[in-house]
Amino acid sequence: MASFANLLLGGIFHAAVLFLVAAGLQLVFGVQKIVNLACGSFYALGAYFGITLVNLALNAGLPAWMLLPVLIVAGLLMGLVGPPIERLLRTVYDRDESFQLLLTFALVLMFQDVLRFVWGANPQSLSNVLLVYGKVASGDFSVPVYNLLVIAAAIAAAALIGLFLRRTNYGRLLRATAENRTMAEALGVDVRSVYAVVFTLGTLLGTIGGALVVPTSAASLDMAIEFVIEAFAVVVIGGLGSMTGALVGALLVGLIRAMSLVIYPEFEILAIYLIVIGVLLLKPSGLFGKPAT
Amino acid sequence: MRTPALLLIIAAVVALALVPILAPPFYANLLVPFFGYAIALLGFNLLFGYTGLLSFGHAMFLGLGAYGAAVIAGVLGIRQFEVVLIGVALGALVVALPVGFLCVRYTGIFFGMLTLAFGMLAHSILFKFYYLTGGDSGMRVPRMRILGLEFGAYNKIELLAGPFYYYCLVLLVLASLLMWRIVHSPFGLHLRSLRDNAQKAEYLGVRVRQFRLAAFVISAVYGAIGGAILGFRIGLADPELVHWTHSGHLVFMTVLGGFTSFLGPIAGALALTLLQDQLQSITQYWRFVLGAILAAMVIFFPRGLAGIAGDIAALFTRRKREVPA
Repeated sequence: MASFANLLLGGIFHAAVLFLVAAGLQLVFGVQKIVNLACGSFYALGAYFGITLVNLALNAGLPAWMLLPVLIVAGLLMGLVGPPIERLLRTVYDRDESFQLLLTFALVLMFQDVLRFVWGANPQSLSNVLLVYGKVASGDFSVPVYNLLVIAAAIAAAALIGLFLRRTNYGRLLRATAENRTMAEALGVDVRSVYAVVFTLGTLLGTIGGALVVPTSAASLDMAIEFVIEAFAVVVIGGLGSMTGALVGALLVGLIRAMSLVIYPEFEILAIYLIVIGVLLLKPSGLFGKPAT
Repeated sequence: MRTPALLLIIAAVVALALVPILAPPFYANLLVPFFGYAIALLGFNLLFGYTGLLSFGHAMFLGLGAYGAAVIAGVLGIRQFEVVLIGVALGALVVALPVGFLCVRYTGIFFGMLTLAFGMLAHSILFKFYYLTGGDSGMRVPRMRILGLEFGAYNKIELLAGPFYYYCLVLLVLASLLMWRIVHSPFGLHLRSLRDNAQKAEYLGVRVRQFRLAAFVISAVYGAIGGAILGFRIGLADPELVHWTHSGHLVFMTVLGGFTSFLGPIAGALALTLLQDQLQSITQYWRFVLGAILAAMVIFFPRGLAGIAGDIAALFTRRKREVPA
């Protein structure tokens, strides 16, 4: 039973990080109608920079409990790559969606080498920081407090995004633009700035997600292209453009991965793709998406 | 086809035929994967350029070709390349029919995602089922007879740079001629009509889904044949062949060459093969350069190299016409 609880929390932790990245993907797709393959690259960027910044901070003598704030700052700083990239994407807003997809693929290729150039080809990791907040343990059951904090942070992020989209004026503008761009523009919404804000937010969610994951696992060059597929699975299962969908999809994918690891390891990733295909075939708009047109 | 274009193509084929004679074996060896990619992309562009369906999982059929070669020649021990070609073509048919049937119900981004998901499903099967597929170390593709001949006097490099090179060249020419017939047949016209306006085409009696499925299956067969060539060349079928980034590479080549033109994808395959080789010898950061080139193509030259060539040609013909007036 204790190992089951461990497993469950492992799955939820994975889901929490997945949710952050997938929420970024959803935001960008929902408003800009762009499937951003580079969201995995933002995730990797956040992860690498998180490691660098934490090492800097620890060397500068910052107390260890500053780990989480430092990581969040790292994610926020790396979110600064968002605006210039949005500027680049602006050139293809009027084009066919396959060109937009290709441009983000070009970004994936370029980021891969930027990361290699700055941080080298070997995986990097933060050692001995996971347990700075201690752990909760009883019998076989044990979980680092850090993991619980990340789960709480993801829940807080979900709540904040929900409040922002539903309760604030700017959130209403975003939803209006997502619903009908031309109409929103006609009514005086500055769609250009909305796009810039949305893309930067999407980037931020990706980089923060990446920064938060590094105390638990190493940052490697492959993480970008592997994680984007998982985030992709989440949004397809949940429904493209839906925040609720991202939340439910992330939980499903995180838990399925955790469960299949014990039941039948070969099935780990396979199970996720099978569900993705099943969802796409039976309900292409996903569990919470609007019907495809 | 206009005569100058035809002459150009014949010149290109002759030039390719001269490579093993005039250049060191390195170059002939380098061009073998180009033939594989060129054949695969001819099929890919039937789906993308002519039918308007962008697949982000097409690498699964290249993988099918390579793994098919590994199974037929390696596991079953039938070391005849022709048998492999027929085998993987049939295999692609069997796989592409159900997969295509499910995928062509959607277009646009949903088609792309569904093919991506199937591609990654194939990848994870190859990757995870170690005892069947060798996992990440892949399966060996042994040397095979071509046209029933052993070429025992040649070592692997000489075989690739000599007989196998010409074999692939002929295969590419035949595949191109067949594809030329396909896209200029009523079938090809149907595909283009449903790409431009599916609703109207359906109204006029085109059975949209069947035609899309047919294009999907043909492109899969071309992909598998290209993949078998790649497998023979590398001597290995590994899961990276099926990874979604490899599918992205196929799209890259097609856009680089120009998907609006028949020969564009072949030009793209050639350009990328040579470019990648050059870049890899200059810098370890060749992916960055490739990415930048792709971004520039998408933003500034969406019709690719073929589009640029067409514009230049149009510039000259217009000038000629303007001179008498």
